[in-house]
Amino acid sequence: MATAPAIKRMTFGEGGSALAFTALALLSIVIAAKAYTPGYAFHAFLFSAASVGAVFTIFNRYFDRSAERPPLEIGGKPNYNMGPVKFASLAAVFWGIAGFTVGLYIACELAFPFLNLDIPYITFGRLRPLHTSAVIFAFGGNVLVASSLYVVQRTCRARMVGDIAPWFVVLGYNFFIVIAGSGYLFGITQSKEYAEPEWYSDLLLTVVWVTYFLVFLGTIMRRKEPHIYVANWFYLAFILTIAILHLGNNPAIPVSIFSPKSYIAWAGVQDAMVQWWYGHNAVGFFLTAGFLAIMYYFIPKRADRPVYSYRLSIIHFWALIFLYIWAGPHHLHYTALPDWAQTLGMTFSIMLWMPSWGGMINGIMTLSGAWDKLRTDPVLRMMVVSVAFYGMSTFEGPMMSVKIVNSLSHYTDWTIGHVHSGALGWVGYISFGALYCLVPWLWNRPLYSLKLVNWHFWLSTIGIVLYITSMWVSGILQGLMWRAYTSLGFLEYSFVETVEAMHPFYVIRALGGFLFLCGALLMAFNIWKTVTSEESVTAQAALVPAE
Amino acid sequence: MSLWQKHAIFEKNSIILVIGILIVVAIGGLVEAVPLFYMKNTIEKVDGMRPYTPLELAGRNIYVREGCYLCHSQMIRPLRDEVERYGHYSLAAESMYDRPFQWGSKRTGPDLARVGGKYSDDWHRDHLRDPRSVVPGSVMPNYAWLEKTELDYQHIDQDLAVNATLGVPYTPEMIANAQKDVVTQATADSPDAAELAKRYPKVNARDFDGDPKHITEADALIAYLQMLGTLVDFKLYDDKANIR
Repeated sequence: MATAPAIKRMTFGEGGSALAFTALALLSIVIAAKAYTPGYAFHAFLFSAASVGAVFTIFNRYFDRSAERPPLEIGGKPNYNMGPVKFASLAAVFWGIAGFTVGLYIACELAFPFLNLDIPYITFGRLRPLHTSAVIFAFGGNVLVASSLYVVQRTCRARMVGDIAPWFVVLGYNFFIVIAGSGYLFGITQSKEYAEPEWYSDLLLTVVWVTYFLVFLGTIMRRKEPHIYVANWFYLAFILTIAILHLGNNPAIPVSIFSPKSYIAWAGVQDAMVQWWYGHNAVGFFLTAGFLAIMYYFIPKRADRPVYSYRLSIIHFWALIFLYIWAGPHHLHYTALPDWAQTLGMTFSIMLWMPSWGGMINGIMTLSGAWDKLRTDPVLRMMVVSVAFYGMSTFEGPMMSVKIVNSLSHYTDWTIGHVHSGALGWVGYISFGALYCLVPWLWNRPLYSLKLVNWHFWLSTIGIVLYITSMWVSGILQGLMWRAYTSLGFLEYSFVETVEAMHPFYVIRALGGFLFLCGALLMAFNIWKTVTSEESVTAQAALVPAE
Repeated sequence: MSLWQKHAIFEKNSIILVIGILIVVAIGGLVEAVPLFYMKNTIEKVDGMRPYTPLELAGRNIYVREGCYLCHSQMIRPLRDEVERYGHYSLAAESMYDRPFQWGSKRTGPDLARVGGKYSDDWHRDHLRDPRSVVPGSVMPNYAWLEKTELDYQHIDQDLAVNATLGVPYTPEMIANAQKDVVTQATADSPDAAELAKRYPKVNARDFDGDPKHITEADALIAYLQMLGTLVDFKLYDDKANIR
């Protein structure tokens, strides 16, 4: 059947986004010229440069491409779009190293304060949000974007929706990270923990996130499978809820369009409640639901076993997303937040223990009949240990949310230790495991070295153990010192005595962080060698997911 | 048909799944946050709260910019040791004009909710310049550049105006005099001090950083620190009246 060659036209997406980026470039140039602060002017320049770059790339791509759009299927098999997934995977490795390095540096600053070096840009107060954002949103976020766009295509057996859109999601998200992160160094922050980016970064993220949602949902709608796979429920809950949280926590009025500074719509106690509704569910949906989705796809794939219990995954899913949302007020125990809200927060936090462990059981028991692989496959071992850490920190969390425990633990390093057993153990390990799986699948090459994975595993496990044990000791010690009384009924310790007592634990913590970073560097090397190797997998059939 | 099979409706229809998720995740947040906006007993009735002066607001913005809240809380809990160490437990009313709130979540350094008036201006200046010169065991960074950096307050009236839009009771008069009030508050024995105090009761007006020639970021930050927790007079406050 001979058809006339298709006439090459610019698609609506290409033309529309080129126009939008042109407008953004012009607006940014005006803002850069009249900006109130140098940092904001620099950001406006970055926006205009990125927009010009985007327009240029869109046209370049248009002139290079053929008249036909990429087919949805080739020879009856889905023609997956993995370019953006590859980009996000490598970006995750890069941001992981960056985020861990900054974390190590600020840990050292606390142990040896001269390391602040009297340079405004690298004081603890400015680097700490850079560390948290880099590890959570840059490293974790790129892992989630990469894995979700991979998993949704494979489990739906459909090519990702959109042509420009997936690239906009991946590049736009990473551009947001550059803007947010460099902003912290300039002191551009709205001081809401884990939601520090100012109004213009928030606007950018909103657009990127809505696009992400549409691409993800559109791909689900295009699915060839009747059922939506369980991992996609979790990804969907993560994307949707993060959108709600972002919009709820960030409404603000900028001082001027030429100023990076804004004032938030909520004040005082209401702002505190909204912030920790956001903050705890950034943990619940970004760091938990999203990574549970990774667990539900990558552990069964890697172990070559089905998910342990389908019914448990249904209960786990709905109970988890329903209960998590309530847990925020446990960050505000004994504060000026009304008691009824604190009590609700505590009650639901304790109930949350159950679905959390339901998920852990579902993940670990997926190995039934394949336990021997823990000995031979360090990647699988990493992911299973990750789920074990998940179980540990989701027990510790409800315990710390009990008011009487919280009266001791709150404001101390115990919280920091708790966060890191979840972040390094659970999120870190499941991400590393996913990356060790994804990279060979995406580039169609075997992993360069399993031995290095083993080294990565042990180095970082020792690092995590040093980190969380030192923070337990320092947190409980400091909490007890604050409330210690002499026999005459006076407070026994001045505040600074409790600070001095922390020093050895801060040094041990930094050592733990150093080992964790070393492990991640091994991973970066391993992944780099994998990506750049010539060899391609011959037995590719073994790597096609069974769904 | 068993209940488990009914779940297929979510698994086979993405829009129903999306709607289900939206409903399930909306409930908790709505129940916990919305009542705080209309229940009258959320924020105590107290005398003495006023909006920040323009200089204090500029100082607060520096506090936010430097990430002070990452190591210093501003929320004293009603526990025996905290009340003895820091003073009366914090009231919701005391942060009613705070956008955003600065309660903090970690005490690497001490709570600052009532630090106002506890130390001299000189102590604060020395402490910001080199914390270990006055507190040898401190791990706080040096903030020596604050006293060398001129305060940028040319747009501070816009800051007040935005706060007023959001409901902070700044009057048009306060907004119109914002820049002038910065100068008045940072100057020792200014002739306009009485007028400033009429707009902002209990205001501290003096040269905070020991450098009368310049209005610096240290002036603003110290002015902010010196007013923290000083507005409500707890000799007159009746905590039984606000039992919730």
